[in-house]
Amino acid sequence: MPPVVEARGLTKRFGAFTAVDGIDVEVAPGEAFGFLGPNGAGKTSAMRMIGAVSPVTEGHLQVLGLDPGSQGAELRARLGVVPQEDALDQELTVAENLAIYGRYFDLPRAVIRERIDELLEFVQLAERRAAQVDPLSGGMKRRVVIARALINDPELVLLDEPTTGLDPQARHVLWDRLFRLKQRGITLLLTTHYMDEAEQLCDRLVVMDRGRIVAEGAPSQLIREHATREVVELRFPPDHEADVATILAPTGHRIEVLPDRTLVYADDGDALVREAHDRGLEPTAVLTRRSGLEDVFLRLTGRQLVE
Amino acid sequence: MTTPIALRVLEGHARSYRHTWRGTTIGAVATPVLFLAAMGLGLGQLVDADPEGPMGDVGYLAWLTPGLLAASAMQAGAADGTFPVLGGTRWVKTYHTAVASPVRPRDLHLGNLLWATIRITVIGTVFVVVAALFGAVPLSRGVLALWPAVLTGVAFCAVLSAGVVLLVRDQFLAGLNRFVVVPLFLFSGTFFPVEQLPAAAAAVARALPLWHGVELTRALALGQPPAFAWQLHLGVVVALLVAGIAIGARTFDRRLRP
Ligand SMILES: Nc1ncnc2c1ncn2[C@@H]1O[C@H](COP(=O)(O)OP(=O)(O)OP(=O)(O)O)[C@@H](O)[C@H]1O
Ligand SMILES: [Mg+2]
Repeated sequence: MPPVVEARGLTKRFGAFTAVDGIDVEVAPGEAFGFLGPNGAGKTSAMRMIGAVSPVTEGHLQVLGLDPGSQGAELRARLGVVPQEDALDQELTVAENLAIYGRYFDLPRAVIRERIDELLEFVQLAERRAAQVDPLSGGMKRRVVIARALINDPELVLLDEPTTGLDPQARHVLWDRLFRLKQRGITLLLTTHYMDEAEQLCDRLVVMDRGRIVAEGAPSQLIREHATREVVELRFPPDHEADVATILAPTGHRIEVLPDRTLVYADDGDALVREAHDRGLEPTAVLTRRSGLEDVFLRLTGRQLVE
Repeated sequence: MTTPIALRVLEGHARSYRHTWRGTTIGAVATPVLFLAAMGLGLGQLVDADPEGPMGDVGYLAWLTPGLLAASAMQAGAADGTFPVLGGTRWVKTYHTAVASPVRPRDLHLGNLLWATIRITVIGTVFVVVAALFGAVPLSRGVLALWPAVLTGVAFCAVLSAGVVLLVRDQFLAGLNRFVVVPLFLFSGTFFPVEQLPAAAAAVARALPLWHGVELTRALALGQPPAFAWQLHLGVVVALLVAGIAIGARTFDRRLRP
């Protein structure tokens, strides 16, 4: 099957500033594909080109076999978009927000009514159908936006930071819904700066930084390639003078000194902790955890994802 | 059969208007009616006391009514070219959502204009009926005078929304009202003939598009010929509308598809 998204050398410039700097991306049908990157990495800019709302500055881009430049309207009719900001009309009801959007696709009113019922059921908001949007919680609003994005029965859904700003419980509800979409065979393209989200949802992802792709692969593969099995986080009191990096250097592990803690990448975390004690270090807190995409990002860019 | 996209946008306006019509419509009708009562009935007594006055044998109330009709249509058009557009781009950001669907930026512009046309027609009709009850205009002439007033309002809506869509801050809003809408409202031959102004100021007033709209509206309401050829007056208003649509097609695109 031909790819759903095919980008080569995709570039977006605003004046002299390059927001997306020649990225290559290929997304297969039914795949959940992620753009992981910090603020300003160019995730939204890339998504907006793929969604045919922002003209491509340079490079090749095909989405669902269409050219977003010349076949934009036709393409947008087959996409679902969850923008970074909800943009719901707060004064209207949940159903009205969906109905207005549905009419933009020229769907018959009867079809819209039916789909609203189904979709609100799907996002678990059936009882809020006639409720005003304004008083809904952030997580509920996000679910309304997902329902809105599905009103035209899209083949590809673009989600720009679907869970940013939500509490952990609301995020899990959302992830569950997105996972179900994926099970239905809908291709998902999402951006996030949460590694747990990328790990949960994405079959494959690219790590973006300053408009470029710095790594690509399945989450587990990226972790395997760029991080150790475990990470030890050591915290020291604020007035701690000793140079931890130098003291631990002979262990041969990679060390990242962050403002609030020091990370040591070791396959056997417990052994590393014992060794640190043997070398006279007395951290106030020690945490041994599995490594994640956050560590991959730190490794590749020397910076943290969420700063 | 597919529905033209601007009509789908129009439908969205109509749906959301169900929640907001009271506040916006009552204000848009009440203001000119208040002016009509205060100026037409109150001030009119003073004006009409002078038989040599600039209104000639037309009473002040009858002279003022079409001016208010056109000027309040302009004001309503200016409001429709401002608030829904800023709502779409900045406050609620519904325009950004809409352009992710098959709707194009220019459809949003046209849809808003169609909506403004309906709204201004309704507001103008209510005003004409009230004015007829005041005895300010015969109902038939008032209804006849509606179309140039509505055309004027829609033309202002087109031009303003073409500019407002580019605004990235709200601070221009107060200035827009204070330095554009209110002076136009006051000095376009609405409350007094522009001949009353010093010659230079009168020349400026005659260059204002609203004055041309007022002249057309007044000519139809009073059954008198306008100041210049009606083709000229109509040409100015239509040119404003066409320019608003053409410029808006570009500015909406620039803003919503960066
Ligand atoms: N319309 C625009 N005009 C000028 N610069 C822009 C525009 N849109 C985005 N940029 C710039 O492009 C860069 C990338 O922005 P983009 O929104 O794509 O990043 P992002 O990865 O989505 O970030 P975030 O996580 O904050 O949403 C930023 O530096 C931003 O300031
Ligand atoms: Mg973004």
